Amino acid sequence: MSKEVKLTIDGKEVTVPAGSLVVDAAKKVGIDIPIFCYHPKMEPAGMCRQCLVEIGRPAFDRATGEPVMEEGKQKINWGWKLETSCTNPVSEGMVVLTQSEKAKKGQNDILEFQLTSHPLDCPVCDKGGECLLQDMTLAHGSSESRYRFDEKRHAQKHVALGESIWLDRERCIACGRCVRFQSDLVGEAVLDFDMRGAKSEIVTTSEPGFDSVFSGNTTDICPVGALTTANFRFGARPWEMEATASICGECPVGCNTMLDTRRDAKSGGKVIVKRVMPRQNEAVNETWICDKGRFADFSNADRVLEPAIDGKAVEWTEAIGAAAEKLGAAKGDAVFLADGSLSNEDLYTMKVLADAAGAKAMLYSQVGGGALTTKSGSYGGSGAGDVILVIGGDLYKEAPIFWLRAKQAVDRGATLIVATEAETRLDAFATTVVRDLAQGLEAAKKAFAKAENTAVLYSGDDALAQSCADLNPKSLIGVWADANTQGAWEMGYEAIADLSALKGKTVYVAGGDLLVAGAVEAADFVVAQTASMTEASQKAGMTLPSQTVSERDGTFTSGERRVQRFFAAVQPMGEALPGFIITAQIAEKMGVTLEGVSAEVVFADLAEKVAGFAGLSYESLAVVDAEERLSIGGTCYENEQGLGAQLSAVSTN
Amino acid sequence: MFYMLLRHRDVPDINQIDVYQKNGGFDALKKAIKMDTTDVTNEVKAAGLRGRGGAGFPAGVKWSFMDNNNWPHYVVANADESEPGTFKDREIMESNPFQFLEGISIASYAVGANAAYIYLRGEFWEVAHFLDEKIEEMEKAGFLGEKIQGTDYSLKIYTHLGAGAYICGEETALLESMEGKRGQPRVRPPFPPSQGLYNKPTVVNNVETLTSVPYIISNGADGYRKFGTEKSPGTKIFSLSGNVNNPGNYELPLGTTFRELIFTHGGGIPDGKSIKAIMPAGASSSLIVANDEALDTPMDYENVRNVGADLGSASVIVVDDSIGLDWLINKTMSFFEHESCGKCTPCREGAYWMHQLTKRIHAGEGTKEDVELLKDVATQVQGKTLCALGEFSTMAVVSSIERFPEDFEAKV
Repeated sequence: MSKEVKLTIDGKEVTVPAGSLVVDAAKKVGIDIPIFCYHPKMEPAGMCRQCLVEIGRPAFDRATGEPVMEEGKQKINWGWKLETSCTNPVSEGMVVLTQSEKAKKGQNDILEFQLTSHPLDCPVCDKGGECLLQDMTLAHGSSESRYRFDEKRHAQKHVALGESIWLDRERCIACGRCVRFQSDLVGEAVLDFDMRGAKSEIVTTSEPGFDSVFSGNTTDICPVGALTTANFRFGARPWEMEATASICGECPVGCNTMLDTRRDAKSGGKVIVKRVMPRQNEAVNETWICDKGRFADFSNADRVLEPAIDGKAVEWTEAIGAAAEKLGAAKGDAVFLADGSLSNEDLYTMKVLADAAGAKAMLYSQVGGGALTTKSGSYGGSGAGDVILVIGGDLYKEAPIFWLRAKQAVDRGATLIVATEAETRLDAFATTVVRDLAQGLEAAKKAFAKAENTAVLYSGDDALAQSCADLNPKSLIGVWADANTQGAWEMGYEAIADLSALKGKTVYVAGGDLLVAGAVEAADFVVAQTASMTEASQKAGMTLPSQTVSERDGTFTSGERRVQRFFAAVQPMGEALPGFIITAQIAEKMGVTLEGVSAEVVFADLAEKVAGFAGLSYESLAVVDAEERLSIGGTCYENEQGLGAQLSAVSTN
Repeated sequence: MFYMLLRHRDVPDINQIDVYQKNGGFDALKKAIKMDTTDVTNEVKAAGLRGRGGAGFPAGVKWSFMDNNNWPHYVVANADESEPGTFKDREIMESNPFQFLEGISIASYAVGANAAYIYLRGEFWEVAHFLDEKIEEMEKAGFLGEKIQGTDYSLKIYTHLGAGAYICGEETALLESMEGKRGQPRVRPPFPPSQGLYNKPTVVNNVETLTSVPYIISNGADGYRKFGTEKSPGTKIFSLSGNVNNPGNYELPLGTTFRELIFTHGGGIPDGKSIKAIMPAGASSSLIVANDEALDTPMDYENVRNVGADLGSASVIVVDDSIGLDWLINKTMSFFEHESCGKCTPCREGAYWMHQLTKRIHAGEGTKEDVELLKDVATQVQGKTLCALGEFSTMAVVSSIERFPEDFEAKV
C-alpha cells in the first residue's frame, strides 16, 4: 500500500496516493483542469502550459523543520508563478486553486496563444464536436481575437504521414502527444518534431511513413484535428453518429471497441459503420486499439443475402428443412465444423446439437493445445519480478495489443523472453532473444524458477503447447488466429488442423472464408453457414446467410479467457440470421429443442453447462468500474457497457 | 588591472602547457586531489563563487546538491555561449585553456565524477579541436586520465559540439542535446544535481565559473574574496559591446560601476553621442535608463536589480541616443522568435506574436493600441513558460515600452 496524501483543491479535500499528480487528484473530486499535452497514460511533459494553477505548500522553518504558524494555522507559501498541475506531484497539506482569478487568467492566456495561428476551420474539421481545443474555447475562450487574421501562420493542410493517417499542420498545437505516444509508449519512434519554435512541425521519420500498427491511436489522443484517419476523413460529423459497444473480431486480444454508425447516402441510405473507436478496458486494451481493428472492413461487400440450395435462392424454411434432412441422414458421419470467428452462443448451440445428433463438433485451428489453455489468466499487469515468454509467433502481426502489453510489461520491469525463428519487432524490447524454440523453453524454465508471475504466449502446434504447459506458467495463452477460438476450446470442441480428414463426410461448416473453402474442397456435402459470398461458398451444397458481429448481440472469449459482450450496431444484411438461431432451427427439425431467439438466454444456459462460465450472465458482463475512468482528453470512449469477466480456471485432464 | 581569468593577457603563451605549469598551473589540482572532496566543495562554497552563466547561483552549493545515492556523477561545462553580446568563454578557452580544464578537473574531483563533458556551440568547432589537443597534452602530463598524479582518482574530459541553437545554453536543453535528443528544456524539478545527464547527478557550470575554481583552491576562499563584493565576490569578465569606443572583454572585480566599465575602460560613446540605455545581460536583458544613478550602480548580482535589470552573463550592450528602441526590440524579437524551441505554448506563440507587432511598429505601420498590445502579450508570456528563454524574450520589450515611451510614441 503506498502512502496516502491529503490536500485541498478548490476547497475540496482529497486523499490520493503519494506521487499522484495534481491534475489527477483534481479529477478525483470532479474538477477538470484544462489540459492538452497531458495524457494519463504517458509521462507528463509540461509543454502546453494549459493546466496552470496556483499551488500553495505548507511552510516549514528551514532551520528547525517545525511548521510555521500564522493565525493558529500553518502558513501556506504561494509561489509568484502559476504551476503546471500535470507535472507537480501532490504533497501533504498542499492547497490548489484552479479557479482563482490568477489561475483562470493564466489558463485563458495560454488558450489565446493556442488560438493565434489556429485556422479555426471547425466547420470542415473531422474533430469538430469532439475537439478539446474547441470545447475549451467555447467554455473559456474570448469571442474576439486580438491577433490579426491576416498575420496567421499558414502551413500544409494535407500531409499523408502514412497510408492511414493524415496531418493538418495548421491545426497542430505542438502538444507532442503523438510523438510521445509513439516513442515512449509504443517504442516505435516514427514521429518527431522538425524545425523549431513557431515553425515546429510533426514529421514521420520512418520509411514507409508512420510505420506502426498503432498509428490510429494518435488520432484519438490528438487534442485537435491535426491527425485524422484516411478512412474517416471528411466522412461524418461526430454528433451525427450513434455509438454501439463491440468487441474487435480481428484477433484473440478482445479489444473493447465502439462502432460509430450513421445513415449514409453513399450506401443507399443504410446505417453503416463509419469508424471503429477504442473503448476503455484497463484489463484488456486500456485505451488503445491497433490499426487491424480500427481499419477492419465493415464494407459488407459480397455478402450472402439469402439461403440457397445448389446456388439457387430458397426460402429459409426450405433451407432449414433440407439441411436438417442432410445432417440427419449422415448420422454419425456428420461433422459440425467451426472456427473462432463464431460467438460463444453460436458455438454452444452447435456443440449441443452435434452432441445430440451423435456427430462430431470440431474446431479448425492451426494453433494447437486448446485442451491446455483453460487455466489461463490475464498477463497484462505484469511488471517487475514477472517473466513472459513469447514463443513461436510474431505478436506484432498476430495480436498487436498483446505485443504492446508485453512491451509495457518490460517498461515496468518484467523479464521478456522472445523465442522465434524469424526476427520480430518485439526483439528490441526483450531481455533474451533466441532464434530457436527449444532454447527459448530452456531459458524460460530457468527464468520461471525465480519469477513471481509467469506467462507464455505461444503460436504453434500441440507439441509446442505441451512443452509450454510443462513450464507450468500461471497463464498459458494461445495466440489463436480468431477472436473466439478460446471460446470453442472451453465448449469442448475437438481440434482439426488438417481438413482432408473430412473426406466422405457431410459437413455443417460455420465460419470464415478460409474454413468454408477448405471444407468445400474436402467434404462430400457441405452446408455452409457464412456471411460472405465467395467462390467456395457458392460451390457449397447449401448456403445459409449468417449475421456479422456488427449486426447482432453475442459474446467472445479472448485469448486471456475474458468473456465480453458485443451489441448489434447495424441492421442485418438481406435475410441473414445469427448463427445460433440458424442452428437452433435446424436442431428443431432434427428433434432437438434449443433456444433460438435470445442470445442472452443461450448464454444463461451455456453458463450453467460449461464449467468455466459458471455464475456468469449478460448482466454480470455489463458491470463497469467508475474508478477506472481517466481524464483522457481524447476520443477513446469510456466504458459504460461492461468490462466482461474472467473465466474461472478449469482443471484439465 | 588584475587578471584571474584572462591570465594570457599577463603571461604570453599560457596556452602552452609548459608555460602554464611554470606559472603555477595545476598547483590547484595537485592540492585539491589530496584534499577531502567535501573540503574542496566547502572551499568553493566559502568563496561565494556564483555561477557566471547568468543565474548567479552559488557554485559550491550546487556541487553539494549532488545526489550521493545515485552514481555515476558527471560534470558538464556549459560552453554554449550563445547569449548575443557574450564572448568571454571563447577568449578563455582559446587563450587560457588549461586553467579552464584544471577547473573542470577540480570540480569533477569534488563531486566524484570520472567523466566530464564540455558542451560547445556548433560554431566553436575550432575551439573544440583546440581543446581536444590540450586535453591530450594534460593526459600526457599526468593531469588527466587514469590515476591522476599517482592518486586513485581518474578523469576523462570530452568535448561535445552542439548544432548552434540558443536554447542549448539552457542547462537541461543542453543535457537533452548531449543525449542526442532535440535540444529542448526539461521540466524542472528534478534539477541536474539529482537527475541530469542520462538521469544521473550532474553539475552543469559555465566556463567562466569553472575557470575561477583553481584560483580559489590555490588562494583559499579568503584570497578570492579580496575581489568583488560581500555577496558577489571575485572578478567577472564583462563583455562590452554596442555604441562604445573600445568594445571587448574586461575582467574587473564584481561591483565595478557601469560608468567605470563604459567610460574608463570602454572609452565612452563614439561620435560625440550620449548614452541612452544599457543592456547588462545581452538580448535577454531589460533596458536600463542610463542616467547618473544607473551609471554609478555597481555591477554585481544585487545592485543591478535595483536599477531594474539582471547582471546575467554580464554582456553589457551600450545603446546611444541615436538608436530607436522600436528598432532594438524588433531585433531582439527577431532573435527570440528564431530561437524559441517551440516546446511550450507561451514562448512559441508569444515570441511569434510579439515579433509580428515589433515589425509593424518599427515599420511605422503600428498604432498606439499595437504598442499596448505588445506590452500586454509580453506580460502575458511572463511567469508561464517552461524555461527562462520565454521569460527573457519579454524583458527588452516590456522595459523599453515602460522606460522609453517616447520612442514608441514617435513611431505610431
